[in-house]
Amino acid sequence: MADPISLKSIAELGALLEAKAISAVELAQAVIARTQAVEGRVHAFNSRDESGALAAAAASDARRAAGQARGPLDGIPVGLKDVIAAAGQPLTASSRMLANFVSPYDATVTARLKEAGAVLWGRLNCDEFAMGSSTENSAFGPTANPWDLARVPGGSSGGSAAALAAGEACATLGSDTGGSIRQPAALCGVVGLKPTYGLVSRYGLIAFASSLDQIGPFARTVEDAATVLGAIAGHDPLDSTSFHAEVPDYRAELKRRTGPWRLGIPKEYFGEGLDPAVGAAVEQAIAYYRAQGCEIKPVSLPHTPYCLDTYYIIATAEASSNLARFDGVRYGHRSKFATDAVDLYFKSRAEGFGAEVKRRIILGTYVLSSGYYDAYYLRAQKVRTLIRQDFLNAYREVDALLTPTSPVPAFKLGEKSDPLALYLCDIYTIGVNLAGLPAVSVPCGFTPGGLPIGLQLIGQPFQEANLLAIAQAYERGHDWVLRRPALD
Amino acid sequence: MNYEAVIGLEVHVQIRTRTKVFSRVAAGYGQPPNTLTDPVVLALPGTLPVMNKAALDAVIKAGLLLGCEIAPVCKWDRKNYFYPDSPKNYQISQYDQPICAGGSVEIELPGPARNVMGEHQRIPLTRIHLEEDVGKLNHFAADSLVDYNRAGTPLMEIVSEPALHSAEEAFAYLTSLRATMVYGGISDCDMEKGQLRCDANISIRPVGETKLGTKVELKNLNSISFVRDGIAHEIKRQLAVLERGGTLVQETRDYDGQTGTSQSLRSKEMAHDYRYFPDPDLMPVKVDETWKARLRGECPELPFDKQRRFADRYQLPYTLTSVLVWDRELADYFEATVQLTGREKAQAVANWIVNYFLRECGEKRLTAAALGVVITPAHAAELIQLVDSGQILSNAVATVSAGMFSTHEKPQAIAAREGLAGRTDAGELEQWCRDAIAANAKALAEFLAGKDSAINAFKGPVMKAAKGRADPKQVDATLRRLLAGQQTGR
Repeated sequence: MADPISLKSIAELGALLEAKAISAVELAQAVIARTQAVEGRVHAFNSRDESGALAAAAASDARRAAGQARGPLDGIPVGLKDVIAAAGQPLTASSRMLANFVSPYDATVTARLKEAGAVLWGRLNCDEFAMGSSTENSAFGPTANPWDLARVPGGSSGGSAAALAAGEACATLGSDTGGSIRQPAALCGVVGLKPTYGLVSRYGLIAFASSLDQIGPFARTVEDAATVLGAIAGHDPLDSTSFHAEVPDYRAELKRRTGPWRLGIPKEYFGEGLDPAVGAAVEQAIAYYRAQGCEIKPVSLPHTPYCLDTYYIIATAEASSNLARFDGVRYGHRSKFATDAVDLYFKSRAEGFGAEVKRRIILGTYVLSSGYYDAYYLRAQKVRTLIRQDFLNAYREVDALLTPTSPVPAFKLGEKSDPLALYLCDIYTIGVNLAGLPAVSVPCGFTPGGLPIGLQLIGQPFQEANLLAIAQAYERGHDWVLRRPALD
Repeated sequence: MNYEAVIGLEVHVQIRTRTKVFSRVAAGYGQPPNTLTDPVVLALPGTLPVMNKAALDAVIKAGLLLGCEIAPVCKWDRKNYFYPDSPKNYQISQYDQPICAGGSVEIELPGPARNVMGEHQRIPLTRIHLEEDVGKLNHFAADSLVDYNRAGTPLMEIVSEPALHSAEEAFAYLTSLRATMVYGGISDCDMEKGQLRCDANISIRPVGETKLGTKVELKNLNSISFVRDGIAHEIKRQLAVLERGGTLVQETRDYDGQTGTSQSLRSKEMAHDYRYFPDPDLMPVKVDETWKARLRGECPELPFDKQRRFADRYQLPYTLTSVLVWDRELADYFEATVQLTGREKAQAVANWIVNYFLRECGEKRLTAAALGVVITPAHAAELIQLVDSGQILSNAVATVSAGMFSTHEKPQAIAAREGLAGRTDAGELEQWCRDAIAANAKALAEFLAGKDSAINAFKGPVMKAAKGRADPKQVDATLRRLLAGQQTGR
């Protein structure tokens, strides 16, 4: 059976739009209709602006009619995680704190998507302030995994992954601080790319952990991910941490870069806690690459056991400071019961933030406190340097690393109530953020129960073109990305 | 027991830049509330700071002017604390690696008399760092409102070593520091606009003791005289506590300049834990030799150096140099004029500037540069040369100067129009002298009786008749000759 329009890839849709077989308005209508049909079960969105999307689609059609189409994203509905600002749209971070906040300005990625002609479609659910691995920490209720509605879509960008898998958008943006793009991509059977730190501007992304956060695309195919990345990447004068990197035509590079490559298999990523079905799928992927002529090398990232501790010190320290601005003074939730300025802080924040956010703020405040800074934050930064060095050492011998994205497939809603158990979902993804590297999760099979499995490929700094080519080499030999969840 | 005071000053100086330190919105003063804001200043979700290079330039320049060591890397830290005037609830500042370290401020203590130079000292600095200013709270009966116009204005914190020992020294330090900042074009340092603010750390200890006593931080010293009064008051307060056998507590006190009293704000136990850590949103900035060399090239000569040079090169007395050098524009005007007159006329130029030009600036409320546009150094030099060449007499200078200020004409034209150019001939002068003597028999009698000063009574009418063209020396000589004739003729 042919896919409904909204489940086609950007590449296919681009050809249809180009041939005027469909219009952007028809595409937007199809996506809206699909969303109306499935959203009650999936709950991927916090809010949607149908008239705004249709107006943008009409503008796209007008451009195309005038021969001024802007490229492969013109007229394509793209959803944004609800931590990325778009002027005139709600920006909630899935938190009570910002339940009524509307952003007066565009994030740089939003402005660039608009410039590319994309039709912005909806605000996607996530864990509150992007803190979590299951999208259960949203103040507006959890998102369901389209492959099994009783299960989580992963997180924190669960809405971005689920909306795409369910055909409610043609591509989405998420943010990845410790795996928040790659893990939900794996759990929802789509492609998710976390770019090198500094490749994509963070201006307009609500900060969780500034030195780890990156915005990146979710897409149905590696090629689509390359298309979206090309639109959003590149230096931004509004973000001091954005790098003056050359942005190649990633789609064109996919055709040019054909391998074979040297792939490293870090032994620390195949240990205890790895689901056997996930392990088996990744082993088959390794075998596939070997059969394609790639050199497969065992490597070691010896500081891997320290990643989780290091991550939770640095990320929470930065978060405790980043989230201080949510105080009820200038915008956001303000308690009605405050008696003075200090009480306003206590009550507004007590009422506005959820449990996980509070937990991380308290932890971060603690590790930065006088007398503890050296033992925690400073030490963690030193370990972080060692972790990055591990990767750079490995890259002397290999072009990329190959690992599972998540140790486990999608778990049941409410199954992991212990915060520490949830933190363990990120053990294969957080090292990448600490080292600032690019990594992509591509679908690599299904569990016997029919849940998607993700393969993680970790690349060298700013070598996204190579990384995507390696991922596409696998994708081309498999049809996982063509499978659809049974929502209809 | 004899005690000495030990004082360290923390001075905040707003840097004059077009835009704020971490965003592109204009910096300024006196605008309607919350108009100098943008998403970054208001700390809206998702916004990021980007450093304004002009602000870093200014603080490095300040450091170079004060002889500081400039750090090879400018690093940013977050100072975390909650307060409604702080939009992010952290302030971007510099903690363990200030951009400037060391250096000193040269001060001059009051001399034995106003026209005598006082002792000079160098007060060592600990550090200078760059940070962002906060907004302003306005308290009303029922609620408080915040104006974020000031938030994000580049702010420099200049910390002295505890090396000052009196309110007078603190006053001299601030005066010199302010002049340096204004000279360097770094800030206007208008304390009424909050462009210069001062906190003082004050302790006292027995003379001879090397350990520091318990320190009290005095805040809100928002004029230079409040700094002097507040410190004097605090030293007295601490002495009184010790003398009645009490002990001092480490605390922060608020000084009220209106009432001349202070009260405790918080004790040491209530001190903040600012949880400093490197700001992950801002990359460290390398400050290389080329950068420093460029700024060094922009550094002006400082007032005290200029004063020494003026005394040396132009042989000017302290009374003139101490007026000329504190206003950079005035000093520049002086030197531009001397360029035209030649160095040997420097004192005449300086006298004219202090006696006429500066007074006109004061009366018309003009800066030296503004007045200097219409009364150019060329005008001033022409006037000095007219006097020097004897084309006009020095007693005509007042009239010619007044004409210059009111009509902006050249001095020569004014002198010609007013009939002040040239001299009276000797015969004419002698006749006026004779008339004056003849008209005042009483003075003549007194003079002849031996009262020399009676001669002055004749000079007025002569000068009046001469309309400023008579040389007072010549008038005096002529009168004496004629009076001598009267004496012998008797």
